Amino acid sequence: MDKIFEKPESIRNVGTHYCPGCGHGIVHRVICEVVDDLGIREELIGIAPVGCAVIAYDYWDFDVTEAAHGRVPAVATGIKRSLPDRIVFGYQGDGDLGAIGTAEIIHAANRGENITIIFVNNTVYGMTGGQMAPTTLLKQKTATTPSGREQKIHGFPLKVCELLSVLPGVVYAERVTVHSPQNILKAKKAIKKAFENQIKGLGFSIVEVLSPCPTYLGLSPKDAIKFVGEELTKEYPLKVFKDIT
Amino acid sequence: MVKMKKVLMCGNEALAEAAIRAGCRFYAGYPITPQNEIPAYMSKRMPEAGGVFIQSESELAAINMVFGSSLTGTRAMTSSSSPGVSLKQEGISYLAACELPAIIVNIMRGGPGLGNIGPSQSDYFQAVKGGGHGDYHMIVIAPASCQEMADLTMLSFDLADKYRMPVMILGDGILGQMMEPVEFKAGTKPEIKKDWILDGCKGRKPRVIKSLILKEAELEKFNLKLQKKYDQIKDKEQRCEVLHGDNSEIMLVAYGTPSRICRSVVENLRKKGKKIGMIRPITLWPFPEKEFKELAKNVKSFLVVEMNCGQMIEDVKLSIDCARPVHFYGRTGGEIPSEDEIIKAVENY
Repeated sequence: MDKIFEKPESIRNVGTHYCPGCGHGIVHRVICEVVDDLGIREELIGIAPVGCAVIAYDYWDFDVTEAAHGRVPAVATGIKRSLPDRIVFGYQGDGDLGAIGTAEIIHAANRGENITIIFVNNTVYGMTGGQMAPTTLLKQKTATTPSGREQKIHGFPLKVCELLSVLPGVVYAERVTVHSPQNILKAKKAIKKAFENQIKGLGFSIVEVLSPCPTYLGLSPKDAIKFVGEELTKEYPLKVFKDIT
Repeated sequence: MVKMKKVLMCGNEALAEAAIRAGCRFYAGYPITPQNEIPAYMSKRMPEAGGVFIQSESELAAINMVFGSSLTGTRAMTSSSSPGVSLKQEGISYLAACELPAIIVNIMRGGPGLGNIGPSQSDYFQAVKGGGHGDYHMIVIAPASCQEMADLTMLSFDLADKYRMPVMILGDGILGQMMEPVEFKAGTKPEIKKDWILDGCKGRKPRVIKSLILKEAELEKFNLKLQKKYDQIKDKEQRCEVLHGDNSEIMLVAYGTPSRICRSVVENLRKKGKKIGMIRPITLWPFPEKEFKELAKNVKSFLVVEMNCGQMIEDVKLSIDCARPVHFYGRTGGEIPSEDEIIKAVENY
């Protein structure tokens, strides 16, 4: 009998701590499928962020470190510059990349570091209890925006791909989602390209992944998926923002 | 060995050159006075040595780049001055927690806040008592000449690798800026097998370098392991220089630039028959407690001279269990104690 579906070699055979309906598990798996496809598991160094995905090192079966909050791109820079022939990727959430680590991501991108960043945007801080993220939508209720995010008080949702794509150091910026099987396949294609760019030495690539967080959106897993597909994609359009590869 | 010629260099450059000779192949830093000669020198020398120089967007980024480089097994360094070193504290805590070797240079200036660019020692507490969050220590090394800026930098890299921990070189603005003849000794890079690095899991099991330890009681276990390492360092790595330790009634205590002034004080007062000596801590952590305990048996009193309002004095008192009077003379805010001022202080006690 032909095996048509199996666990990627790069993912450990363990359950995750993620909530039911969370998108992180999907993104982890997609990354591991890409790593297997490209055969780079043994030359790979991943960097886990602070936030829900901090324990990614328990799920990925390759070398992994964990950076201080927001510092993933700086740590990635140090690793990649020291070992230019290895593959280095950072995994960051919206608080990590879009708030506390904005300086690090902009400058790593602007230096054109030959690294890959997977940016998971679920519009809330999951690990700390569902506070407002830089990417939280206007009117979205969170633990720290009980009446909904107000622009006058909290500013606008931060558009990371839009922001980074104007930097000459960025060769590839795409926003995808994992709210449906079709979109997961598209996400995989984008993530694969982001790694291939690094293998070819082309420069900085980022893939922003819109992802459901049912727990802190206060929705059922099914409705959270719907929210990502119907609401999030309005504020955060799915597209290739830049591709000069 | 070919005897190397002495070269006239400022302390910052001597330190940078020594780092290269010690095998440092990664430097990241952000400009701040009075340590700017270090990144400038590194920007030129590092590419020649086949290493990496990065002017980072902030001190935070610099220390985290060093974190990344260090976990690949590369000898890595960053440098800054007081306000910038405050920013690095987050990264230092993570380096300590992940047991990563790294060199952090602090060429201290006047504080608090933006302070001024005068020489200072007001970051002593920050350096030896923690600085960042959590139960950890750094080895803290205090050079007192351009020659030591070179020699002790080489030693620092060895200690960092040996104990897998961050080492701080704590100098002051004068040591960084002044010029003296320096002779570079051959690096003593010991063969330390780094079997913990991340470089891709080819031919071995994947490794993880992290500081999050969530399981109940596991973090306590880990912290106690760190403490055991620190105890070992306290036992083996205390360093100091003692002048006239065997027949002094009063001992000056100073490190860095004040120790140079105190040396003159000792010489001049000795000529006048005063039984005075000096102890100069070279490791500020571990503090040379053993030597202090010995000295306290015969010395009548200690006079601690610092370029701050009195920080190291606490460690002196602790080291001798307050068995002798410990006095203090200091200047702060980027000011330097003069020989006359110190002599007056000696006469007062």
